[in-house]
Amino acid sequence: MPVVQKIRMRYEKLGRMKFSSHRDFQRALERAIRRSKIPIAYSAGFSPHPKISYANAAPTGCASLAEYIEIGLTEPVDPELVKNLINEALGDGLSIKDAVVARNKDFIDQLEASLWQIELTAVSESKVREAVKKLLETQEVVVERLTKQGIRKFDARGAILALRVNAAEPSRGYAIIEVVVRSGNPTVRPDDVLSALKSAGGLALTVPPMVTRRAQGKLTEDPFQLLDPFALDRE
Amino acid sequence: MSTKEKILGESIFADLEKLLPFVNKPVQYVGGELNAIKKDWNQTQVRWCLMYPDAYEVGLPNQGVQILYEVLNERADFLAERTYAVWPDLEKLMRENQVEQFTVDQHRRVSDFDFFGISFATELGYTNMLTALDLANIPFDANKRTDNHPIVVAGGHAAFNPEPIAKFIDAAVLGDGEEVILAISEVAKEHKQEGSPGGRDELLRRLAVSGNVYVPKFYDVEYFSDGKIKKVTPNKPGIPYRVSKHTLMDLDSWPYPKAPLVPVAETVHERASVEIFRGCTRGCRFCQAGMITRPVRERSITTVAQVVDNMIKKTGFDEVGLLSLSSADHSEIAEITKGLADRYEGSSTSLSLPSTRVDAFNIDLANELSRNGRRSGLTFAPEGGSERIRKVINKMVTEEDLIRTVTTAYANGWRQVKLYFMCGLPTETDEDVLQIARMAAEVIREGRKASGRKDIRTTVSIGGFVPKPHTPFQWAAQLSWQETDRRLLNLKDEIKQNKEVGKSIGYRYHDGRPGIIEGLLSRGDRRVAEVIEAVWQRGQRFDGWHEHFSFNLWNEVADEILKKYQIDLDWFTTRERNFEEVLPWDHLDSGLDRGWLWQDWQDAINGAEVEDCRWTACYDCGVCPSMGTDIQIGPSGVKTLPLTVV
Repeated sequence: MPVVQKIRMRYEKLGRMKFSSHRDFQRALERAIRRSKIPIAYSAGFSPHPKISYANAAPTGCASLAEYIEIGLTEPVDPELVKNLINEALGDGLSIKDAVVARNKDFIDQLEASLWQIELTAVSESKVREAVKKLLETQEVVVERLTKQGIRKFDARGAILALRVNAAEPSRGYAIIEVVVRSGNPTVRPDDVLSALKSAGGLALTVPPMVTRRAQGKLTEDPFQLLDPFALDRE
Repeated sequence: MSTKEKILGESIFADLEKLLPFVNKPVQYVGGELNAIKKDWNQTQVRWCLMYPDAYEVGLPNQGVQILYEVLNERADFLAERTYAVWPDLEKLMRENQVEQFTVDQHRRVSDFDFFGISFATELGYTNMLTALDLANIPFDANKRTDNHPIVVAGGHAAFNPEPIAKFIDAAVLGDGEEVILAISEVAKEHKQEGSPGGRDELLRRLAVSGNVYVPKFYDVEYFSDGKIKKVTPNKPGIPYRVSKHTLMDLDSWPYPKAPLVPVAETVHERASVEIFRGCTRGCRFCQAGMITRPVRERSITTVAQVVDNMIKKTGFDEVGLLSLSSADHSEIAEITKGLADRYEGSSTSLSLPSTRVDAFNIDLANELSRNGRRSGLTFAPEGGSERIRKVINKMVTEEDLIRTVTTAYANGWRQVKLYFMCGLPTETDEDVLQIARMAAEVIREGRKASGRKDIRTTVSIGGFVPKPHTPFQWAAQLSWQETDRRLLNLKDEIKQNKEVGKSIGYRYHDGRPGIIEGLLSRGDRRVAEVIEAVWQRGQRFDGWHEHFSFNLWNEVADEILKKYQIDLDWFTTRERNFEEVLPWDHLDSGLDRGWLWQDWQDAINGAEVEDCRWTACYDCGVCPSMGTDIQIGPSGVKTLPLTVV
């Protein structure tokens, strides 16, 4: 049956579910959709797949308040109802927070940049500030990442649009970095930002940081204020 | 680490979380499955930690653990959580950071529980048990445990000979666990309410006296100077001479798991499984499962339909497997498959039936189940290549039946047929094994004729046979790995040499060496515990994974340790036993009469077959009268499924 309505959704990945991979989430969502009995469309062919598009998934180990998907339905359903039905069928830690009927064609363009929050412990605030300053002074920082194809080298600096140290609690050896990264290929991830801070700013961490994607959206004057990617759909 | 005081039942997730960014697939350690049950520690009185001793991806789907998890948690006063084997990357970090073995449900310490129940589907989980005990700070030696340590209980098929792990466990449960785990918990609850008089030993004594469990330390084993066992005797008053298996009757009143766990992580079985019957009386002589789970107890068509419907609703799985030891043998299997196929026609739900029976009826079932889908592959298990050897193992299939069945499959649009065999069966000759190549060639020739196509394929899959306790082959000599490998390579050559059809025949084989270690662990006695402990000390883990399994290490350690008893690896594996020899598991009662087993072993050697007692007269294997159990089969006469399509 053909797709008559597309619904876009923002979901959160929090708590212990931050350790789920993108593939894990895909399976959990597909099952939840089957359980919820919403009229999902399937692709044609021998092994039909539910029509779901995923965008810019956060890496395994990172929490997120701003993950996005789009699903195709064979009959119109109120997006709020879709959201509630899927949430009933999903486990703890994964939940749909917002759902709209797709109206704007260029959805991926709306996810121009991500705002990440990186919480660092067991490190002094001054060290973090110094590393951030040094990184921002550079034009290019080549980092390495181990992928399935082997070690990949690329520039992490170019995609970093803004970076600041926030809400530090120096007495506890605790600092929060906020970083805005442009989406693109290769995607620069929070661990790439940390690698860049290490190689350009000498910041070495002993305790793994808590990373959370706070938002995705179109860039505005203030890079830390991203525009809601559903804005055009809501008009 | 912090010096803060441990609180019983507290979550240690905060400590674990710091390690997870550094390990592979961290999601396997966080739990959070759909239908998982979270209970308050302090509101419950008897607490079980259940373990499947393999990686989460293998252990999570295990039916046994899921059933017991639900059965226990349904009781307000009992609690059950789950733990699985951690991979070496996390094990190392846990040691460095003093993080204990934890449950995935609420990340409680395994050492905080009253019982630590481990389900051994195979013997290859023994080293993983030691890792878990060690990470839980539980002493390996059951005699060194205090009242503050959990009671370690082994279950599952391997527990029918728990002697190789007797040192490490406090108790073993034989047979179906549903009722007995509740009975054990009741005894423990009462003991606790009395203020735990006599501590752990008194609780174990009560459990042993009640006949619920086998407590190895209440039995002494004496040996002859030639290494054979002289006798096994209870060393305390009131302890039974033999411990019997438990058999659950009326599966319809135990429709578990009602709400199967649906993991976020990827696992080996991504489907809902419904057990349609338990037990099998086909009488295949190599098959331990068929021997120790007698008699056949069917779940009725009505219950199967309800369970399937409920599972799909509760899980969102799109595949349902109808499980049992030989699913096509259910007395109403045709009605069940047709009913389910009708009900789910046009939906995305698919059904699967592990098919092992080699007859045309099986093809009808498979056709029914694949109505809308692809007819990709079918699997049959003739097990033996020649008619002679199939008589020895009591797999009653003629060459003619087999060819007819397989050609029917090809004619019905199936493109690929897998054939399962074993190598190293008692009395086997080179000729019996080479016969497999001729059978496969015939399958392709006839299949091409029947289907009119050249692109049909068959795959021969073969591994070494391991004799198991409580089967007629428990006395048999296992074939050496060298000889197994030679026969397997011979067969490979024979298949590949066939210019006409060789390219249409795939060949997959498992080398003979792991089977020898499995043989040691299957038919071993208490002395084997030292070998298990020593290989573990030298780093052996995850024996079921070929990339982790080291035959050389096992072999070397076994020789070193067993030397002092003047026995060796061969003594446990390739040596044939006689009727007089006391076998390590003789004091454990699977219901099978020892005399009947011996007679069946003699019949095997003479190539005499025995019929299935479901359809012919009872041949007194010993199970039904002595165990207070009986065959429970249909047909019920219900032809249509009572539920409507949703």
